[in-house]
Amino acid sequence: MQAAEPRFKQRRLWQFHGGIHVPDEKALSNGAPVEPSPCPPVLVLPLQQHIGAPASPVVKVGDRVLKGQLIAEPRGYVCAPVHASSSGTVVAIEDRPIPHPSGLSAPCMVIETDGLEEWADLLEPLIDYESLDPGVLRERIRNCGVVGLGGAAFPTGVKLNPGSDHPIHTLVVNGAECEPYITCDDLLMRERSGDILEGIRIVLHLLGARQCLVGIEDNKPEAIEAMRLARAESDLKDRVEVVVIPTLYPSGGERQLIKVLTGREVPSHGIPAQIGIVCQNVGTLAAVADAVLRGWPLIERYVTVTGRGVARPANLKVRIGTPANELIAQCGGLKGDLAKLVCGGPMMGFEITDTRIPIAKAANCLLALTPAEAPDPGPALPCIRCGRCADACPANLLPQQIYWNARAKDLDRVQDYNLFDCIECGCCAQVCPSHIPLVQYYRYAKTESWAREQDKRKAEQAKARHDAKLERQERQERERQAKLRSKAVKDKPAAPAAATTETGAGTAPEVDPKQAAIEAARARAAAKKAALAEQGLAPKNTEDLAPAQQKQVAAAQARRQAAGLTEPAPTPTETAAPGPKAAAATEEQA
Amino acid sequence: MTGVVVSSPHVPRVNRVDRVMLQVILALIPGTLVMTWYFGWGLLINMALAVTFAVAAEAAVMHLRGRPALSTVTDLSAVVTALLLAIAIPPTLPWWLTLVGVLFAIVVVKQLYGGLGYNPFNPAMAAYVFLLISWPVAMTTWLPPHMLTDHPLSLVESLQAIFLSTPPGGTWDAISAATPLGEMRNQLGENRMISEIRQSPLWGDFGGRGWEWVGNWFLVGGLYLVWKRIITWHIPVAFIAGMLFVAGTLWALDAQTHPFPAFHLFSGGAILGAFFIATDPVTACTTKKGQLIFGAAIGALVVVIRTWGGYPDAVAFAVLLMNIAAPTIDYYTQPRVYGHAGGSK
Ligand code: SF4
Ligand code: SF4
Repeated sequence: MQAAEPRFKQRRLWQFHGGIHVPDEKALSNGAPVEPSPCPPVLVLPLQQHIGAPASPVVKVGDRVLKGQLIAEPRGYVCAPVHASSSGTVVAIEDRPIPHPSGLSAPCMVIETDGLEEWADLLEPLIDYESLDPGVLRERIRNCGVVGLGGAAFPTGVKLNPGSDHPIHTLVVNGAECEPYITCDDLLMRERSGDILEGIRIVLHLLGARQCLVGIEDNKPEAIEAMRLARAESDLKDRVEVVVIPTLYPSGGERQLIKVLTGREVPSHGIPAQIGIVCQNVGTLAAVADAVLRGWPLIERYVTVTGRGVARPANLKVRIGTPANELIAQCGGLKGDLAKLVCGGPMMGFEITDTRIPIAKAANCLLALTPAEAPDPGPALPCIRCGRCADACPANLLPQQIYWNARAKDLDRVQDYNLFDCIECGCCAQVCPSHIPLVQYYRYAKTESWAREQDKRKAEQAKARHDAKLERQERQERERQAKLRSKAVKDKPAAPAAATTETGAGTAPEVDPKQAAIEAARARAAAKKAALAEQGLAPKNTEDLAPAQQKQVAAAQARRQAAGLTEPAPTPTETAAPGPKAAAATEEQA
Repeated sequence: MTGVVVSSPHVPRVNRVDRVMLQVILALIPGTLVMTWYFGWGLLINMALAVTFAVAAEAAVMHLRGRPALSTVTDLSAVVTALLLAIAIPPTLPWWLTLVGVLFAIVVVKQLYGGLGYNPFNPAMAAYVFLLISWPVAMTTWLPPHMLTDHPLSLVESLQAIFLSTPPGGTWDAISAATPLGEMRNQLGENRMISEIRQSPLWGDFGGRGWEWVGNWFLVGGLYLVWKRIITWHIPVAFIAGMLFVAGTLWALDAQTHPFPAFHLFSGGAILGAFFIATDPVTACTTKKGQLIFGAAIGALVVVIRTWGGYPDAVAFAVLLMNIAAPTIDYYTQPRVYGHAGGSK
């Protein structure tokens, strides 16, 4: 077998700037096969598990739902449907804590499971997909609720529709899994390499792409071997290449991986499609294969439960919507001294305080960290401008300068230093000798910039409204004058009364066809703007934010709107000391 | 659970300010020992004095500012400042001048600007220049290295010199000598040729005898810092290159009135400046390109000021001049960010 395998020629690799070596801690959890997780008594399915608009429920409280049944349908283009991950009864549609950096609650569908695992009618498999129109395939992927499983949770159907002005030549498959601790993609590649290859085949066809590069960090030899074997056995040998890349955090960042594999850089504020590349995570591709070849909606995923604070670290196959505490219990519960629970990896994940939060589509890891693994960095010292952060930054930013200006709340200057190119990877914070919570400042500055942008837009709209009103009043005044004049000519004594009625009418909502048309146009424009904003397309920059940030930004915005705030809100997530503001305040006291 | 939500990353931090400073202190040891060997106890006494004054001054200021004194003092940055100043001043400088220098460095240059990280000027160098301008005679009274004198100072004599300002043997002239840089300057001022000047026993292979070895051992410490990644190579290499380039050009033009380039490198504070002073992160450039410009400019300026300026050594002046320029250089040498076309803005 080894002999039959073609020799892999050494592909040239590129380097991104910076990056850090962190202990990978993968051995904790990658030793055993993936265990299926039992069906929990209650499933909590957030209606928004993806970037974009929340889905709207199509079942009511009290309805019985079947496994795989559509329970919430997409609203808008950038949106994904939600399916029941087991059979049971809908007991509530209400706000519940969701896996989100800010610890927010959001609308969720709560299903009491009946343990019968009764399947709904599934969509028909599209075995002969190569004869089908890409549009049909995209529709299928969308209908099955597939989103990016690497953590981004961007609706896959949308990502696979780059538009005719962006011909795609290369599919980059992300199997790097660069975050420490996480091993679910590693296990997925070992156990489902065939499905991943099927997914690659489908997506290559769908995109009309020439080649596919699968990037895997060299600390996952079994996964590499499995993927190479699957490739050798498939009919895609000359189009797919499994590329081993050096282990360096964050080589699994979409932009960094593309750079490493192709030497090309995704334009700032742009998307990979602009350089003819689409990047998908291995898990997403397996989900695509399930959707197209089997008609399965996305209702399960692999999740790593690990860290030294959990008794028996493992990878679990989990129904979406399973509460985190069920998984922890399955892994033997928490043990010893726990510093924090983190959803996601240690570098980019967020701390959770409520263990009832459900596993959403994007959740790849639950981390129970001991104080030794995640020590409190202690109070931050002033920045000594040592430049270590800049040396480590994979975006080649000057984190110290962004920090400096973010702390001074100089939002123009932070943009000058390209704040929005920051991927929040945390490299800078990890190497900073002053232990400054740098990422926290960047999130804060992004939220603030975003809010300011928002306020500016609102102010513009208000101004437009105001101008229109003035104009209308002027026009009315002119008309009134004209009428007065004509009336005065006709009937002098009656004039004052007529004037009064006219003025009265002026303040009441009037029905002026022209005016109505203007208003309608304005409303349409506003709706369009809102839609764009929802898609993360406005203001500039936001579309290339990491999902977490985008969510966070959206949440902050929502909160702001809810509170009717124009006043800058405190940092969304980090209620804690030393929050940027608090820190800034203490430092400025002197 | 701590109950306090801290932002990602949730991993141990790999660096700490006090450890960085500690490495700098360790790296100063070889040069310090050699310097003590050649020039006597004065240096160690000055170091002890300067560190004591600096820590006390820093703690006092923090106390007045109503901030925790302990965490500030234990970051060791004041200790590094004090040690660098102690190395720069003459080994028999009266103690109160050391006190004045340290107070100036810590209180005026560092804390009045907001403390660690906020000071635009290198505190040790600013204090050195302040002392040099205010007390030029005391600041240029150096001892000769021990093999060039028949009366090396004992510990007691050093203490007497520093605390009582009583020179052993009655007069300072009897025991002091010009530094090699000063000597070179004086001799050149008298229109002597380099070949003549170098006849004197003052000279070793590159620079002044004794001095060149001090330089060598600070170089060892500096390389240790590069190896430990406390500093990067950019500033020292650029410093040396800038210095050799200007000195080499002058020397090539007229070897009889301009010393051999290596002389510049191994005299005075050049090596110390290149590895320990110009690399002070707070006051240096922070971009890599900027650091190259910053280092090269200091190296070049040192030679220029040594050659045409009013003082024999120039590292302090050159560093302070470039401290002023550092923010501007940084702004114009931003690295090309991922996904951006073109070079720096
Ligand atoms: S690593 Fe920390 S101390 Fe060093 S320059 Fe960056 S922010 Fe400042
Ligand atoms: S978090 Fe942002 S600034 Fe820090 S290293 Fe990552 S990309 Fe650079």
